Amino acid sequence: MSLQTCVNIKKEWDIVGARQVGRDIAKETGFGTVDQARIATAISELARNIYLYAGSGQIYFEVVEEMNRKGICMTAVDTGPGIDDLSQVMEDGFSTSGGLGAGLPGVNRLMDVFDIKSEKDKGTEVKAIKWVR
Amino acid sequence: MRIPILKLHHYLLVSIQTEIDDHTAIQFQEDLLNQIHKSGATGVVIDLTSVEMIDSFIAKVLGDVVTMSDLMGAKVVLTGIQPAVAVTLIDLGIEMKSVSTALNLEQGLIKLHQELGD
Repeated sequence: MSLQTCVNIKKEWDIVGARQVGRDIAKETGFGTVDQARIATAISELARNIYLYAGSGQIYFEVVEEMNRKGICMTAVDTGPGIDDLSQVMEDGFSTSGGLGAGLPGVNRLMDVFDIKSEKDKGTEVKAIKWVR
Repeated sequence: MRIPILKLHHYLLVSIQTEIDDHTAIQFQEDLLNQIHKSGATGVVIDLTSVEMIDSFIAKVLGDVVTMSDLMGAKVVLTGIQPAVAVTLIDLGIEMKSVSTALNLEQGLIKLHQELGD
């Protein structure tokens, strides 16, 4: 386990900041350009969800190593209103913000491991891992 | 920050050179439509060669820009989409089916010229 990096999401520009930090870590970890773009895109979706639905929150980045593989783990945490119906938000095309509804199902496809927990009025935590191939 | 829009004969040329945040994307949408209105341009090339990432929001704004410009009578071609960007767009489940694209700026201009014949 290595050091954790944390990016606060409070304003719109923090979405850009978070994906730059994530891309830098992905580059250092040894990801190729396509996976760097996948990781940056996933961060963008997670950061925007925090900004849009919870107002503020954090994204934690960590380089993880196990057995014979290495990867990047990101955890998006907020203390917002939570998600009523998790199966609904994981459907392609479902959006309450007028977006494409590609956000969370998209992150799920972009990353290798995806886990979401949400509790009403307490907040949401999304954890996603991408392994270096 | 604003994305510059250049006029070349009947066309407008846009090259996005910086990381796009949500506000810049919306501002660009407005600026481009206003420029089409003012200049009477019939074609627009938006070059994305320097864009390293397109997420679902930026994709939505770009798709809307194409549809809105079309409503105003200007044809838009997106050019220079990087391999990594194409891969992530499909991973996200975004298919820009009604959007005209070309490999690079030069091909984009040729495409406009062929389709608009001016």
